[in-house]
Amino acid sequence: MGLLFAILIGAITAASVVLMHRAGAEMPPLLSDAAQAVDAQLFLTLVTIGVAFVLAQGLLAWFAWRYRGRAGRTARYVHGHNRLEVGSSVVIGVVFVTLAIMGSRVWAQLHLAQPAPDTLVIEVIGEQFAWNVHYAGPDGVFGRSDPTLYDPQSNPLGLVPDDAAGRDDIVTLNTVAVPVGRPVELRLGSKDVLHSFFVPALRIKQDTVPGLRIPLRFLAKYTGSFEVPCAQLCGLGHYRMKGTLRVLEADEFAAWLVQQKAE
Amino acid sequence: MSVPHPHSTSRPQGFLGRYVFSTDHKVIGVQYWLLALVAVVVAMLLSVLMRLQLAFPTHTWPLLAKIFPTGMSSGVMAPEFYLSLVTMHGTMMVFFVLTTAPMGGFGNFMLPLQIGARDMAFPRLNMLSFWVTCTAFVVLMLAFFVQGGAPLGGWTAYPPLSALGSIAGPGEGAGMTLWIISIALFCAGSVLSALNFLATTLGMRCKGMSMGRLPLTAWAWFTTAVIALLAFPVLLAGGILLLLDRNAGTSFFVPGGLVVAGKLIDHRGGSPLLWQHLFWYFGHPEVYIAILPGMGATSQILSVFSRKPLFGYRAMVGALVAIGLLGFFVWGHHMFVSGMSPYSAIAFSILTLIIGVPSALKTVNWLGTIWGGNLRFTTAMLFALGFVSLFVSGGLTGIALGQTSLDLYLHDTFFVVGHFHIIMGVAAVFAMFAATYYWFPKMFGRLLHEGLGKIHFVLTLVGVYAIFVPMHIQGLMGHPRRYYDASNYTYLTAAQPWHVVITWAAVFTVAAQALFFVNLVWSLRRGPRATANPWEATTLEWTTASPPPHDNFTADPVVYHDPYEYSRPGAPRDYIMQNDPPGAFAEGSS
Repeated sequence: MGLLFAILIGAITAASVVLMHRAGAEMPPLLSDAAQAVDAQLFLTLVTIGVAFVLAQGLLAWFAWRYRGRAGRTARYVHGHNRLEVGSSVVIGVVFVTLAIMGSRVWAQLHLAQPAPDTLVIEVIGEQFAWNVHYAGPDGVFGRSDPTLYDPQSNPLGLVPDDAAGRDDIVTLNTVAVPVGRPVELRLGSKDVLHSFFVPALRIKQDTVPGLRIPLRFLAKYTGSFEVPCAQLCGLGHYRMKGTLRVLEADEFAAWLVQQKAE
Repeated sequence: MSVPHPHSTSRPQGFLGRYVFSTDHKVIGVQYWLLALVAVVVAMLLSVLMRLQLAFPTHTWPLLAKIFPTGMSSGVMAPEFYLSLVTMHGTMMVFFVLTTAPMGGFGNFMLPLQIGARDMAFPRLNMLSFWVTCTAFVVLMLAFFVQGGAPLGGWTAYPPLSALGSIAGPGEGAGMTLWIISIALFCAGSVLSALNFLATTLGMRCKGMSMGRLPLTAWAWFTTAVIALLAFPVLLAGGILLLLDRNAGTSFFVPGGLVVAGKLIDHRGGSPLLWQHLFWYFGHPEVYIAILPGMGATSQILSVFSRKPLFGYRAMVGALVAIGLLGFFVWGHHMFVSGMSPYSAIAFSILTLIIGVPSALKTVNWLGTIWGGNLRFTTAMLFALGFVSLFVSGGLTGIALGQTSLDLYLHDTFFVVGHFHIIMGVAAVFAMFAATYYWFPKMFGRLLHEGLGKIHFVLTLVGVYAIFVPMHIQGLMGHPRRYYDASNYTYLTAAQPWHVVITWAAVFTVAAQALFFVNLVWSLRRGPRATANPWEATTLEWTTASPPPHDNFTADPVVYHDPYEYSRPGAPRDYIMQNDPPGAFAEGSS
């Protein structure tokens, strides 16, 4: 039974390592430098815990086989080993805390750095089960909005009609278009329940909370169309609350805005 | 009728008094254990339904249409029915299985026996705790049968979704109200039970049973009771506030200006994040409420069947206490992307990885316990070794999820689902299996069938890894959790075949559990009769008959030895029971 247990644990360990290693190739493309930094930290972490995984499972399997019960064998009468226990704790603690601090560097760049001066600000407001996308227009100022004016068809964000700042605003549904190579700040909110704006290609995700406007910054490196699944359970249509991030060349983006305003 | 007995410990008469409204900790322990068994069967079947939907999202199931005429009316599962399965599976497993069996079940039965007491400190309170918990389960099950069905907001019940009533979705009306009442009852029952465990451990130990001689299991139940006493009242308060928001017009969790389904909501001034703080202030310690008793049982069982003293007893107790304490300072790691301050996220992240240190120390000491041993591979031992393997696997992925920047990608994906199912789900379940195979002879007087048990172990170990390792792969692909159907998303095309693999693995694993139930039923009637101490173990529960008499011991035991004295050189046999007289054995020092 000791041998069988050792073989089982060995096989499970080997299979897990191979499968996790292969999974890396199946991850979504990397659309930003920040996404690359997240992946670098992820791979460093996976390698570290992979080594610990193989070591611990290996010892478990080896000990189970090596010390399997036999007539005439006497177990060691030991109650512990202080140096081993303290030493291993210190080593493990140093490794874990180092990972936490390194992991916080990418986080700090995303959430604590000052926004770049030419940042494009876009409001994204979730509702069951769609994303309303709000551009400030040429004046760069968002029009005021009032929840009592919400109308699903004509005024999904409840923009106040006599507010001059709102006249040139552009509102689209489910498509967030951004220019390539320019810093973008999304200001995320919600009309009803929690949602989460998740862009796998950017390796970022931020819950949207009614009553709050939460900034999320990124800079897309190349053009293309990327899926935005909702990542916070928001009701029966959660699975089909799908947005699209379109990264366009600067001139295409300008033309797109004009076209959206016309519609 | 017998003459009134001077002690309250006289055996009660009649079926009701003996088996239903009993104050005997052993009967109550079995009641909790049976409640968990019922809950685990229901919750497991719910998960199979979920797996069928995930693997074959457009498939028509005519048979299921007959069983669930509303949720699967045309044979295809409705999205709200899928989400109600998610909610109920999680709620039942977390509360009525992972909290109920390790503490209420094994803790109730074994704690008084292990410390040489005749019963718990407050037997009537103990009975009340069980019946409140049992009522909570019935109330929860009722949610399936009310208008709109069971709630669809997940076991975390985040507002505003959970606070707005049926306008937010089916199941958020009466079903959600029943869910809150059930959880509030459960909290009350758990607090009463925790008080009882603390009073029993502190006040009812027999002569010689100092805290330093407590078995690790008793230390684990004690620490768990402290955590439960501090954590459950917070959830109870949160639940009451949520109930008031829904039914009394308050706005603790709902901000102003909400428009739901085209209707302006008449609430203002609340904060959805407040619920998350209250919930996870309970919710993270709850993970340790589920796993610490399993750690205790594993420590115990590894020592018994390695025929070796537990490696680093003091460090193991210290690690339990450290985990219990630190467990109250890490709840924010569930909220990195919630909109909480990014500064506090960094603090929570570092504290979270620090809690990995006592957890890793426990693993080192479990490996130290089997190192140099003379291992007896009973089924209980195999499940305890399986627990160590799963604890390592699930713990290590926590090192990834505890980091702020990795949560940006991995939070709310299947990586999280795989992680917590391994560490909190199946690791804890393996410890419960280990405890069941180990203590069944004491509880019922007969041994379980070892051959069936070993086959059950092998199939379950392979099965659970085959279910939950692929979920990590789907998580790395960015697959969000709680999705009824992922086929809307082209980037998830490669994840779909894994859903099929996981579903078959789940069906296989669930089918393998039939062996366990066959073993239970067969062994209860036909299993070999258990002697007082079939495993040649040292702790006090093995000094009395199997099953123990009503008052546990024929004479109050006196303890002279540490709990894990195996293979002491010069001793006449390879174990020294805690109450063996001191003269017969020379007290050696390690």
